[in-house]
Amino acid sequence: MTTTTDTSAGVGAPEAPRSTALAKRPSVTASAANYIDERTSISGLVKELGRKIFPDHWSFMLGEVALYSFIVILLTGTFLTFFFQASQTPVVYDGTYLPLKGINMSAAMNSTLHISFDIRGGLLMRQVHHWAALLFVASIGLHMLRIFFTGAFRKPRELNWMIGFILFILAMAEGFTGYSLPDDLLSGNGLRIIDGLIKGLPIVGTWISYLLFGGEFPGTEIVGRLYTLHILLLPAILVAALGVHLVLLVINKHTQFAGPGKTNDNVVGVPIMPVFAAKAGGFFFIVFGVIMLMASLFTINPIWTYGPYDPSPISAGTQPDWYIGFADGALRLVPSDWGFMIGDYTFSLNIVAPVLVLGLFIVAVAAYPFIEGWITGDKREHHIADRPRNAPTRTAIGAAGVTFYAVLWAAASSDLIATHFLLSIEGVIRTLQITLILGPIVAYQITKRVCLALMKKDREIALHGFESGRIVRLPGGEYIEVHEQLSDYERWRLVSFQDYKPLMIRPNAQGRISTLERARGAMSSWFFEDRISPVTNTELEQAHGAGHGAVETGSADGHEIGTGH
Amino acid sequence: MAQHGDSNTASGTAVKVSRAPESPGTGVVQSDIPQNPGFPPHNPRMTDLDPNKEKRAERQVAILFFLSIIGSIFALAAYIAYPIIPGDFGSIRTNNLLLGLGITLGLLGIGLGAVHWAKQLMREDESVELRHGTRGTPETREKAVEVFELGNAESGFGRRTLIRNSMIGALVLTPVPAIALFRDLAPMADPVKLLQHTMWKKGTRLTHDPTGIPIKASDVTLGSAFHVIPEGLLQRTDMLEQKAKAAVLLMRLLPQDLHVTKGRETWNYNGIIAYSKICTHVGCPVALYEQDTHHLLCPCHQSQFDITHEAKVIFGPARRPLPQLPITVDSEGYLVAQSDFHEPVGPDFWERET
Repeated sequence: MTTTTDTSAGVGAPEAPRSTALAKRPSVTASAANYIDERTSISGLVKELGRKIFPDHWSFMLGEVALYSFIVILLTGTFLTFFFQASQTPVVYDGTYLPLKGINMSAAMNSTLHISFDIRGGLLMRQVHHWAALLFVASIGLHMLRIFFTGAFRKPRELNWMIGFILFILAMAEGFTGYSLPDDLLSGNGLRIIDGLIKGLPIVGTWISYLLFGGEFPGTEIVGRLYTLHILLLPAILVAALGVHLVLLVINKHTQFAGPGKTNDNVVGVPIMPVFAAKAGGFFFIVFGVIMLMASLFTINPIWTYGPYDPSPISAGTQPDWYIGFADGALRLVPSDWGFMIGDYTFSLNIVAPVLVLGLFIVAVAAYPFIEGWITGDKREHHIADRPRNAPTRTAIGAAGVTFYAVLWAAASSDLIATHFLLSIEGVIRTLQITLILGPIVAYQITKRVCLALMKKDREIALHGFESGRIVRLPGGEYIEVHEQLSDYERWRLVSFQDYKPLMIRPNAQGRISTLERARGAMSSWFFEDRISPVTNTELEQAHGAGHGAVETGSADGHEIGTGH
Repeated sequence: MAQHGDSNTASGTAVKVSRAPESPGTGVVQSDIPQNPGFPPHNPRMTDLDPNKEKRAERQVAILFFLSIIGSIFALAAYIAYPIIPGDFGSIRTNNLLLGLGITLGLLGIGLGAVHWAKQLMREDESVELRHGTRGTPETREKAVEVFELGNAESGFGRRTLIRNSMIGALVLTPVPAIALFRDLAPMADPVKLLQHTMWKKGTRLTHDPTGIPIKASDVTLGSAFHVIPEGLLQRTDMLEQKAKAAVLLMRLLPQDLHVTKGRETWNYNGIIAYSKICTHVGCPVALYEQDTHHLLCPCHQSQFDITHEAKVIFGPARRPLPQLPITVDSEGYLVAQSDFHEPVGPDFWERET
């Protein structure tokens, strides 16, 4: 590491590099660093960021997985563009794959087969690209769940949540446009569904579909247009949003979980140079390696078994890529005969309803940080990530949302569920329809109760320690179980969290209570009525002073605690 | 934006607010919190304590990096040694597998090596950095406000409302031509008209999909189902677009099983009936025919249609029956269409019944 020292010496004294050079004969690295700094003043950046601290936790790697799989997608995608022809010009297949020889198909499908069967490593790159795309969307989803359940979207990170949300939508759009490019039977049927969906939109649907497909479905334009979106427009927006996402991450600094020594005003972790750089850089290669391993061993999207697109045939049990499943499931769950006429015009509620439901769900996800911020009115910055149990209502809302999504997702496989478990398709659909409504409610209630119970248990353990299983007979003949006390470090994890009270609505200056304020009050009591306060110092001292006899969970407002012991 | 005159007071207020602590809202500010115990004592790793362990970890990292080198060389060798042999599907698989495994080793060796290095050998005690509020300092914010004030004052943006408003109007209108440019994404035609008709005409023969061989009524046995396209479709340049509207399913049932509504009595021929194959939900081919129940099932979203009741929807998200194609036979005994469909086929659209 002597070179680094040389570098900093060279950089630190740019006025007299020659004398230093003569004295020390600087290494190549030092001269290079000096050359660059004299033209970019990059040393300032290195000074600012080089020893920046990153907290460590396994769940912080989910976003990294997303970032790295995106890089893999860019690398392999670029390779694929060198061979792929985004054209629907009809050709007759004359490649190495015998079963399709002599079959009419588009140039897009033909070139995809060419990549798969004639280019060495072409199939590998295609499969890496597809697996990485699946992993990309999955890791963004998990990353969002991590952010949500730990409250890491709170001030000052609401905007970055929004940008991350946009990235998630872009990732799905990238996935869908890419999936449609090979122009095989499966992707063509996917496009057919999109076409039907668009046509069902009131007023504008017919024209949007007509313009998008460049005429009647399927037309000869759509693959080329999706290709432009897939490799130019969407990635450009994605890269830009990703850049802002990461810059804001650096500006806001990463959140950390509560722990001894950690506060809202510090960041505890490892410096970028060298530990974080080594871990994160190494992790990139691990992610890349794992995707490569999957692509070597497992086939994905074998278009040659589907054949080229034709509007007439279809195979049973068709499935979209996993991340589109929730939208497909929403389409399947609509009951028969939803729709009506407005004068001479057709209003297809069987299309509009699922589109609206999905739209509202997505908007609710995007807006959640702002809604919670409005309810709490909390303008402080929060850098300590919550344990999910310590925000019971939020965690329960999250669980309800996950359940809702999961039911829609399961509905996309309703036919496979029916055939696999020998059920009737009608039974599966009706069950899922009911579960879509009741499931989130049940999940909400259970999660909230579990969170509150866990908080109570934490409180009990913080105050009185945990049961050691050791029974002791006192001189008087009394038996007690010895409680083992936590160390201060362990206890801190259990007692340091944010507490909120329900909002007391008060009249404003004019002596009136506005409707908005009333709504906020109602939301606030929904959120914070059932609450368990963190242990206070006084309680802690009392508990320890009183010994093990006086077991009381102590004071807390709200009716939760009252039912405790 | 504040008026030019009272800019100083405005910026003054902003600065004052920035100094006040941020409101906790309904958050409880606890004064009686337990003490943060500070950092726990640092536990050194085995590699910190035992030089032999350290040496071993160093060797392990180097071995992982060497494995990576071997993997990359192996991948290169596999690329050359296992080419794709035309017609040999196994050679593609071998090429994919060995090339992939080589690259995998090349990547994982570096990744695991670097992480192992970081975890075992690099300094591991945690460092601390202080956070500062995200907002700028009062001085910075004051300066920023001043920049805007100066910009406003020097340009007269707030004062010269005529200029400002006309500029906003101009800016709003400039993208309009760009929107118009998108009209020619599709040819000059009315999509509503196109969607209302298919290739079927009076006398068009029903032919096999995909061969295009005409179907004789006598070939259609009881209980059978045929995938059908109109005669002449395969010669069209817009074959796929036409097929996406004209695809038909042909079935033969016992005439007494059919519940025929008024006006459609002549649409079937001795129990041979033809229905559009394009689902009225979102347009997938309704390709699954259940012979026992006479139900058609769409494999995409599981809409079900009852053929004995003129393809009415009995389950699933579709809301309209499949349109029926009126058929008869020509002088040679081939099945032909009596006319086009009497309504648009495929998914709903806004202007469908206009």
